[in-house]
Amino acid sequence: MKDQQYIYKPDNLIDSEPNKFKVSELKSEEMILNLGPQHPSTHGVLRLEVLSDGEIVNDVIPHIGYLHRCFEKHAESLPFNQIIPFVDRMDYVAAMNSEHAYAMGVERMLGITDQIPKRVEYIRVLVAEMNRIASHLIAVGTYGLDLGAFTPFFWIMRDREHILRLLEWASGARMLYNYIWIGGLFYDLPVGFEQRCREFIKYFRPKVKELETILVDNKIFIDRTANVGVLPLDLAINSGITGPMLRASGLRFDLRRVDGYSVYPELEFEIPIGEGKMGQVGDCWDRTHVRVREIYESLKIMEQCLNQLERDHKRTREFDPQAIVPKKIRPKAQELYVRAENPKGELGFFFRADGRNDIPFRCKARACSFVNLSILPEISRGVLIADLIAILGSIDIVLGEVDR
Amino acid sequence: MPEKKERILSIIKEVSQEEIKEIPNSTPFGVIIKKEIILSLCDRLHHDSKLYFDMLSCITGVDNGVELGTMEVLYHLYSIPFNQSLVLKVILPRENPEVESVTRVWKTANWLEREVYDMFGIIFTNHPDLRRILMPADWKGYPLRKDYKHEEYYRGVKIDY
Repeated sequence: MKDQQYIYKPDNLIDSEPNKFKVSELKSEEMILNLGPQHPSTHGVLRLEVLSDGEIVNDVIPHIGYLHRCFEKHAESLPFNQIIPFVDRMDYVAAMNSEHAYAMGVERMLGITDQIPKRVEYIRVLVAEMNRIASHLIAVGTYGLDLGAFTPFFWIMRDREHILRLLEWASGARMLYNYIWIGGLFYDLPVGFEQRCREFIKYFRPKVKELETILVDNKIFIDRTANVGVLPLDLAINSGITGPMLRASGLRFDLRRVDGYSVYPELEFEIPIGEGKMGQVGDCWDRTHVRVREIYESLKIMEQCLNQLERDHKRTREFDPQAIVPKKIRPKAQELYVRAENPKGELGFFFRADGRNDIPFRCKARACSFVNLSILPEISRGVLIADLIAILGSIDIVLGEVDR
Repeated sequence: MPEKKERILSIIKEVSQEEIKEIPNSTPFGVIIKKEIILSLCDRLHHDSKLYFDMLSCITGVDNGVELGTMEVLYHLYSIPFNQSLVLKVILPRENPEVESVTRVWKTANWLEREVYDMFGIIFTNHPDLRRILMPADWKGYPLRKDYKHEEYYRGVKIDY
């Protein structure tokens, strides 16, 4: 305990993040409503400054930065391999995907992408897809919670637990794994992992169907989400929206297919898009529907990876997942932008290496949640406050990634 | 895609009226341009029927340090229909760095430019809403500059790090 926690001065009590709208400049019917930062439906520490007229939202200003942990500043003083735990903590519900993108970027800088053993790549894709399912489960379940559906949340937490336990078995950690290393993996999969994964898939498929029945196809849910927060495709592209949100607006665009990184070209999967089945294309229902369809696709990818891992790229005694992990990571002087499909959208990393140091000169993360959140004011002008919560939930943000 | 690259280079040449300087060792390939032409060039690249750079993936600021005395802004563009990436780099002086905002072309630029402003103090002129985004509004200094030293106290709370 410190002797003095802080020095009191009256100046210190003014707002650190002042509102954009001034009370004195409001029209007679308008009111400023402050949502968050401690509000469960904002999915973390996000503050929404809502300019409302009765129950209509006239404008909304997101205030972010409450969870800023200086990732980019830290990255400028750490060796490349030690940045991975920081990358985990960006999108903490899909850490494997972020690690995969990061490791891929550094491997491309070192020029060792072709040397990575196939087994390592398949394990990476397997764990990344498992984490994608976990992330989509959180997205769909907490979205139900926002709209008042309580039961699905417990169901998804139960099923997500199986994934977390499997990943814990492989890596030793439940959420923040540090499992995918530059040039390899921390460990090979434990013996029997493939079998347990298959059991999980067999158990899980009917559960997703159940989730779909109770939540996504539910009349109440459809009434709350269809035709709400419609995001037209041109606006989505112009605003840099990626991931399930962009696909829900009707564009079949998935970086796993477009860039074909890792072993994704060898795997078969569909890219679900929003079709406007319950309302218009690109509404909140479409976004949720796309996420649920993607869970099925991820299960398909998992099965194919397991087939490969059990047949062509079997576990052997000699196999060492750290065989080509470089002891010293010093890329040549270059600039590189790498991107990968995360559950929430395009995660990009920009690196500049100066060729003389083991640390990056600059490491920038292009966070998908950050860019996706920036659309919120555009699509929520003129909606009801209850719909604002529905729109925000359908964007599926993780504040750890928004603020970095 | 050599013909697309040709086309990009010819457009840049037409707009800038100068020799083209490519960024050495850059993935994807990129070009260094003058800061005056950024908005007109982005507008051309966005509307060109054979390129159609409809997405601005990322805006990155880089501080090259006190000795070099320069800062950079990198624009990572991507064309969804033609699957083509491009990097545009603008080099700015370290004193009073200013560059035209591209929010008029891409709406993404709004928050991305705000972040660069927040971290580097680069002013984007004609930006609709240039406020700090991640740091508190009354924070002193720009954290990602190489010579940044944080304040000892923030509102009476010791920054103990």
